[in-house]
Amino acid sequence: MDFITILSIFVLACFVGYYVVWSVTPALHTPLMAVTNAISSVIIVGALIAAAAGGRGPSGLLGLVGIVLASINIFGGFAVTARMLAMYKKKER
Amino acid sequence: MIRSATPLLAMAALAIAAPAHASEGAAATPAWVMLAYLVSGILFILALRGLSSPASSRQGNMYGMVGMAIAVVTTLVSHPPSFERLVDDGAGDVAFAAAIDWTQMGFVLAAIGLGAVIGIVTARRIAMTSMPQLVAAFHSLVGLAAVLVAAAAFLNPGAFGILGADGLISPVSRVEMGLGSAIGAITFSGSVIAFLKLNGNMSGTPILLPARHVINLGTLLAIIALTGYFTIDQSPWIFWTITILAFVIGFLLIIPIGGADMPVVVSMLNSYSGWAAAAMGFTLQNSAMIITGALVGSSGAILSYIMCKAMNRSFISVIAGGFGAEASAGGDAAKVDRPWKRGSAEDAAYMMKQAESVIIIPGYGMAVAQAQHALREMADLLKKEGVSVKYAIHPVAGRMPGHMNVLLAEANVPYDEVFELEDINSEFAQADVAFIIGANDVVNPAAKTDKSSPIYGMPVFDVDKAKTVFFIKRSMGGVGYAGVDNDVFYMDQTMMLLADAKKMCEDIVKALAH
Repeated sequence: MDFITILSIFVLACFVGYYVVWSVTPALHTPLMAVTNAISSVIIVGALIAAAAGGRGPSGLLGLVGIVLASINIFGGFAVTARMLAMYKKKER
Repeated sequence: MIRSATPLLAMAALAIAAPAHASEGAAATPAWVMLAYLVSGILFILALRGLSSPASSRQGNMYGMVGMAIAVVTTLVSHPPSFERLVDDGAGDVAFAAAIDWTQMGFVLAAIGLGAVIGIVTARRIAMTSMPQLVAAFHSLVGLAAVLVAAAAFLNPGAFGILGADGLISPVSRVEMGLGSAIGAITFSGSVIAFLKLNGNMSGTPILLPARHVINLGTLLAIIALTGYFTIDQSPWIFWTITILAFVIGFLLIIPIGGADMPVVVSMLNSYSGWAAAAMGFTLQNSAMIITGALVGSSGAILSYIMCKAMNRSFISVIAGGFGAEASAGGDAAKVDRPWKRGSAEDAAYMMKQAESVIIIPGYGMAVAQAQHALREMADLLKKEGVSVKYAIHPVAGRMPGHMNVLLAEANVPYDEVFELEDINSEFAQADVAFIIGANDVVNPAAKTDKSSPIYGMPVFDVDKAKTVFFIKRSMGGVGYAGVDNDVFYMDQTMMLLADAKKMCEDIVKALAH
């Protein structure tokens, strides 16, 4: 992919983000932060590549530490979001 | 120690083979891999889309998990740890994935497992009132992970396919890398400070350094200038200086910001963690990272905007910091002796039982006192008496966007009894009772009338229109975070309930039960 292709994806995704996030109900803003936090840890992809290519050298080690940090976020973020969302209930009638 | 030489050799081999590798680097990514990342990006969009209503939100969260699983598995399969991967095969070509290095794969899986255990245990144990701290802590991890990935890419650029024909990292990648590392570092150190402030390890009052604006601006300019210079000169010191300066500026940016501005700060750091991921996505040419980064970046930016608007403050003035540092300027001394009425739990119970409609306004004080469960019990008893009970939430109530909603949901308050500011504000004129628990600035009429007030122009609840106001507060001494006196305390129809919020709710519950 050349730079312009990547930039196009990025700009379009910003627009998608803009419209999707405005449609999020304010009551769910805290779960929104928790889940965005979890998905931004997709940066683990970079850490996985670094750990795979770097072996036991410095960059591999940085990758492994990155994997631990990102994975705390991924599992923690999704788990805490699920826990919060499970609490939102409608009035029982 | 012996083994650590291997990647260095591989790096050297790669530098030789770089021209061939670089030209193929991007094109060599198989189509299925690119498609898989695209799918996971789309699933992340659906995850956020699900949050448009509580009913669809749980499914949205599932989409997010599936998207993440796809991204991780795709990367593990397409980039398995392997020894021979980066070795020149003699024909000037880089041999691809000869033997998988299972030991390293073990380390990778163990790292994921370790993170999973820490993450899940934390998520299960954390109290809902501590959610702002947890989110801040999580942001710091994303930031640090971005710095680590940027550093790893800088040390081993061949693995990321970002070497130019001259064997150097391509200038565009250098800018992306520098930005990714800088934004990640700012996110990290800023979030650590936000965490310490939210968790009470550090005072919530702003810490003001002399000439801080000059220092901050200078540091920012230095980072930008160095990132520019980095395109010409690939020396390691530039990369590391950018990173260190960014750590420093993240720290400097957040220390002067006071507790009440934390919702903006947390949203802003949320946004930064997204931009950091996007910057690294550019470096890795990875669509999942770019889409996610853009989503998270705009999400945080929108939340910051909503929070700023709800306080009628500009983003710049929040970032400049110092709000609430100077104790209430003027006026306060004259107001100290104004008469006010003290009520008891019995008074409140009696009045609310007679009422037709009660609107409850929770604030950060409710979270501090952990009063949400007692409050819900009180509301249940009132509902049994035929009283209509509604909750009114200000966008900046609490320490992060939606903080109050989560706490009420935790206490089993149905979400259709909880209303946003603009949806309920017209109802105060018909309400018999406004019950304020742990909120202050968001009900201060000075925001509507007093142009000299620091909170002037902030949208507030019209509690002064309610027939009776109950105001739970620990003591008459303290003021809100904005440091301004509140006329609501002294209104004829106001009764101050001076006690811990939880204790007061429990006492009202007892009185109602009689």
